[in-house]
Amino acid sequence: MCPHPLLESHHLVSGYGDQVVVNDVSLSIPKNKISVIIGSNACGKSTLLKTLARLIKPMSGEITLDNKRLDHIPSKQLARHLGLLPQSPIVPEGITVSDLVSRGRFPYQSLFKGLSAKDYEAIEDALNIMGIKDLANHHVDELSGGQRQRVWIAMALAQDTDILFLDEPTTYLDITYQIEILDLLTDLNRRRKTTIVMVLHDINLTARYADYIFAIKQGKLMREGSPSQIISEDFIESVFGLECKVIRDPVSNTPFIVPKGRHHVLEACS
Amino acid sequence: MSDLMTTTLLMGFRRRRFRWAFLTSILILTVLVLSCMALVLGNTIYPLSTVISVIGGESIQGATFAIYTLRLPRMLTGLFVGLAFGIAGSTFQNLLRNPLASPDIIGITSGSSIAAVFCILILGLSGPLVSIAAVISGLLVALIIYLLSRSGGFSGGKLILIGIGIQAMIQSAISYLILRSNQNDIPSALRWLSGSLNGVRLSALPGLVSVVLIFSSLIILLGRHLRILELGEQAATSLGVRTDLIRLLLVLSGVFLIAYATAVTGPIAFVSFLSGPIAKKWVGSGLPTEFPAGLIGAILVIGSDLIGQYAFSTRLPVGVITGILGSPYLLYLIIRMNRQGG
Repeated sequence: MCPHPLLESHHLVSGYGDQVVVNDVSLSIPKNKISVIIGSNACGKSTLLKTLARLIKPMSGEITLDNKRLDHIPSKQLARHLGLLPQSPIVPEGITVSDLVSRGRFPYQSLFKGLSAKDYEAIEDALNIMGIKDLANHHVDELSGGQRQRVWIAMALAQDTDILFLDEPTTYLDITYQIEILDLLTDLNRRRKTTIVMVLHDINLTARYADYIFAIKQGKLMREGSPSQIISEDFIESVFGLECKVIRDPVSNTPFIVPKGRHHVLEACS
Repeated sequence: MSDLMTTTLLMGFRRRRFRWAFLTSILILTVLVLSCMALVLGNTIYPLSTVISVIGGESIQGATFAIYTLRLPRMLTGLFVGLAFGIAGSTFQNLLRNPLASPDIIGITSGSSIAAVFCILILGLSGPLVSIAAVISGLLVALIIYLLSRSGGFSGGKLILIGIGIQAMIQSAISYLILRSNQNDIPSALRWLSGSLNGVRLSALPGLVSVVLIFSSLIILLGRHLRILELGEQAATSLGVRTDLIRLLLVLSGVFLIAYATAVTGPIAFVSFLSGPIAKKWVGSGLPTEFPAGLIGAILVIGSDLIGQYAFSTRLPVGVITGILGSPYLLYLIIRMNRQGG
């Protein structure tokens, strides 16, 4: 497999039990870019991400990595290409930061050998990129939410995959930490050319940080493209059912949506 | 700067590994000391030199019988049964991330017990057949608990509550079998209520030792996978762990250990349940606890057996002592679980 394999889905159908949540989605994840999946609550965006990251088995259709079906690739080998930051991972009681990050090296370890020099290097790199090297020997229990999130991302980085999936990496974080995490992910994408695919709730942050957007509505892929190409007042109305105005973000010159509600709307705007 | 960083990082890993090895060695040493005590102590106290020459094959009047026929099988059985209970208990607890998920709380041990009781008291069987029946019955009960807790969405808490219920049911069935049995069998039947090392024979050892060695090694080898499973299903899958396969292997190994050990000594109360949490406290969590938990199990069994035999005017079976040690902790955990709302 080449260093930056291409991940694609073909007529993908997926869900829980008998319930179809993602319906006939065919897409191709742009290499070395940051892609964001957006959509309203319960539209299937998280299910799509989980299916692409092979946490959920597709009901029909297939997912391929460089034209090879995911379920035909041995799981440890696949773990060197696809990484994931889960939505609510479990911190083992009393574990230190470096021990937790070292678990990201699992796909590279054999049954009998301990950590190799290369493993230590990868762990150190991950700690450095996430700016938590000073915390290496601290207990994860003692850290704040934002710091913990960095530790988990560091674990996914130590896994050293070509593609990294993140399921709402900024949820429950203060705005300061949200920006910090998104900046770090952009650093990672630029430095290592890691392809990033994530689910985000905030449309304006998505417009700023995403190179490419997949918009999901009722389990279907509605539109895809760069933020400037696809974000418009009509688009937001049809995907989220929200009336809004789209202006330019004064900081990044990307599209910026200003929602209209029923209250506090000036007459000139209504 | 980078070199310095690598050094602190490496030092951290090394320090933790050294600490683990050191604390585990202390446990090994304790097991050895208790094992020697179990050979030295008795109606007649033999000096260590006599014990060594008897084990070396020398025949000494009186001592050979007491040590070779009585104390050595008792000590070795305690050692391996303790390892089995400790390792299996902590494996289940780590798999379900809950100290209450121990096989002696959720009915798997009772499941093995009832088959053994039935075979011994009703069918009059002994030897390997009893062990096989205990293993099959333990696996069946594990499967039933799993299937029942899966209906309407699986959760660890539900599995534990269902397991506690099943445990109570099986326990009453065991009491019924004991009541129905021949009066002459009752002394030997009572061990099935709390477990005892009385009357174990050297002939039962080879089977026990091989089962414990094989399945303990398997569990310890899979320890790295188990450490990843502890991070949750999603993280484990994306790190390349075949979660269903690994869980199945671990559960099967655990049930084999529990069932085989139970068929030999009966369900020694709370050893599985206590070993894991004590090992976690001792070596610190975030590190492998299966092997240390096995050693704690051996310490609990051999130590409690020594206390049961010599600390009181009457001789008490080992399960009575471990029961006294374990029940307050069980109460504490249930009260805590209740406060946290399950």
